[in-house]
Amino acid sequence: MAGVARRFAFLTTQRAFPACSSVLTSQTRLPQTLFAQKMSTAAEVSDKFRVTMIPGDGIGPELMNSVKQIFNAADVPIHFEEFWISEVQDRCSDEKIEEMIASVTRNKVAIKGILTTPTWFDLGELQSVNMQIRKKLDLYANVVRVRSLPGIKTRHGELDIVVIREQTEGEYSALEHESVPGVIESLKIITRAKSERIAKFAFDYAMKHNRQKVTAIHKANIMKLADGMFLDSCRKISKLYPKIKFESMIVDNTCMQLTSHPSQFDVMVMPNLYGNIIDNLAAGLVGGAGVVPGESYSPECVVFESGARHPFAQAVGRNIANPTAILMCSKNMLYHMNLSSHAKLVESSLLKVLREGKVKTTDLKGYATTTEFTNAIINNLGKA
Amino acid sequence: MLKQLTSKPFPRIFNQVLSNGTSHKHSSFNTIQHKYEENTRKLALYGGRQTITMIPGDGIGPEVMDGVKKVFLAAGVPVDFEEVPVTSANFSPDVCCDAITSIKRNLVAIKGNIETDVDRLDFDQKSANVTLRTSLDLFANVIKVKSVPGVKTRHDNIDIRLIRENTEGEYSNLEHEGVPGVVESLKIITAESSLRIARFAFEYAQRNNRKKVTAVHKANIMKLGDGLFLECCREVAKDFPDIEFNDMIIDNTTMQLVSNPWQFDVMVMPNLYGNIVGNVCCGLVGGPGIVAGANIGNKYRVFETATRNTGKSIAGWNIANPAAMLFSSALMLKYVGLHKYASLINHAVVDTLQVDKIHTPDLGGSNQTSEVVDAVCQKVEKQAFKVRYDQIPEKLRGW
Repeated sequence: MAGVARRFAFLTTQRAFPACSSVLTSQTRLPQTLFAQKMSTAAEVSDKFRVTMIPGDGIGPELMNSVKQIFNAADVPIHFEEFWISEVQDRCSDEKIEEMIASVTRNKVAIKGILTTPTWFDLGELQSVNMQIRKKLDLYANVVRVRSLPGIKTRHGELDIVVIREQTEGEYSALEHESVPGVIESLKIITRAKSERIAKFAFDYAMKHNRQKVTAIHKANIMKLADGMFLDSCRKISKLYPKIKFESMIVDNTCMQLTSHPSQFDVMVMPNLYGNIIDNLAAGLVGGAGVVPGESYSPECVVFESGARHPFAQAVGRNIANPTAILMCSKNMLYHMNLSSHAKLVESSLLKVLREGKVKTTDLKGYATTTEFTNAIINNLGKA
Repeated sequence: MLKQLTSKPFPRIFNQVLSNGTSHKHSSFNTIQHKYEENTRKLALYGGRQTITMIPGDGIGPEVMDGVKKVFLAAGVPVDFEEVPVTSANFSPDVCCDAITSIKRNLVAIKGNIETDVDRLDFDQKSANVTLRTSLDLFANVIKVKSVPGVKTRHDNIDIRLIRENTEGEYSNLEHEGVPGVVESLKIITAESSLRIARFAFEYAQRNNRKKVTAVHKANIMKLGDGLFLECCREVAKDFPDIEFNDMIIDNTTMQLVSNPWQFDVMVMPNLYGNIVGNVCCGLVGGPGIVAGANIGNKYRVFETATRNTGKSIAGWNIANPAAMLFSSALMLKYVGLHKYASLINHAVVDTLQVDKIHTPDLGGSNQTSEVVDAVCQKVEKQAFKVRYDQIPEKLRGW
């Protein structure tokens, strides 16, 4: 029912803005022609790992193309099941989303570009597709590894921070209403179960990666009950990890500290909206949205996506996007899937290209195109 | 029912337990299956990968754990190990505490045995193994005694599950010398723990389609202690009319086991008897290198080999049999829901023993530990791709 309504709504928008729709369709065609690729035969697929791929909007398809080229060159035994979903173009239906979610549940691993979330809403649905995917797959933990890369000059020297964000509740609950005209209530939901779950995730992550400290970010001085409970849950879980130091910090101070003394942080854990802001802030510290990988975990599956989520729509088709972030994601994905030799191959080639600094995309003050960058990595495979 | 009970030799104790409201009947809805489902939601499981505590222990422990790690890597099992080195050399309350908090975080552990040095042990110091078991409340020890095809023994087709109470009885650590030259060692049997282990045994039998539960005791001598245990088993048996129940005295049990082991199905017993009978059973099917065991509590599970010996005499010789630890790692995988990997490893180990005849010296062969592990690795590696996308089978075949 909702799907029908949505398609109908799209028809009306297209009629109302014909110029706009033609722009949209031209954008639709471009990446798909880029993607013209031979169909894999059944025999080829059967002895490969399967990964769901959601190219998304903006530069997503171009970056995925670069991932595929490099995987082909490195002989990575992975077959991608592609799902072209978008909220701003006419490529979204409930059936498609269901199909995609079934694929992720089956494969347990996915790689995803960014789905643009429009600020308008004409469909009567407050939840964006991104949020629907997270809710349906229960992708509760988002991890962003903020790490300085060789060859990328920043103001802060060596950084290595892990930002862990709860992303199924909090401000993103999509519960907003106007009970009195002119007065909107927007509900932020914090539950003990989910707070303890994300806290345990953060500490387990710290244990697994030999980290020393976990900092809980909150605003419990203002939201004494909601953020208070989050902080309390973190404190409770920290008792089980005597070897890891636990600290807490208020979110505004955290932002200031991150820009002035970022090296004091190790693993950070926080509710949804703060996570969104700090992900972006921290990504900015090490070179921007193009170089920071991220991943979202549910108990059963994991979705790899870039750390700071920007579709970068103005770069579509200009071949200038930086594929470093998505390549770091794909390398992390290979490690996660027990394909560590392939992962090392891709990683060392990528790091070599970055370290040498001869081929740089425009966001890192270079002149190379996406294609040139991709080719440089392919040429360096196995040479590092 | 109470009237019937009053005719028994210890009516007072039992009546009290029942009237205190701690009767097992009140908790009968809280079945093991239910607890299992509740617990698996709290596992350290992220993105399909799972962290599990590994305690290599002493003696051959580190060698066979290496084997487990190699096989897991070859099979692509989505498990990461958090290693906690607890050995008799570095043993201290702190180290022990580390291991316990680690298991509390991950809920599941795989463990070699830790040597208990009898001479070094202080008077009031428990052994590390016992401390782990009691502080995590791992009340049940389950041993899967099953003949492995390809391993030559005097008895074929044995299939016994042995369930042992793990937290009280003779292992209570209450010993004192009241008068010089006279030592009293207290064996504690409580109705609560006995009802719990009996219920566990019957639920286990029901879940695994077993026909019979045998309680092993020495109630003819310890009329009150073992008598209470037996009475609790009888009481629980009433709730499971489909499952046959009988009891047997411990000395007779050991004799029956070596002459006619096929009469047993599921056996349930207090702590020390479990220790002895467990070792007898393992001897029947091929020794300590071949039998897997699990320590089960309401919340935590620790998997180890059935006979808890360190094998210090053969440590470092590369001749220890890794089969037992591999079987118990498969039990562990089954518990965390990775059934397909569990059966993959089980089949690979059985194949290695039965078809390839790669046997370590304890089974009369001349192969080394690493040869067994390599053979198993080769087998699982071939299947790794296929297994990853297999549907989980409804009911697994044998081992």
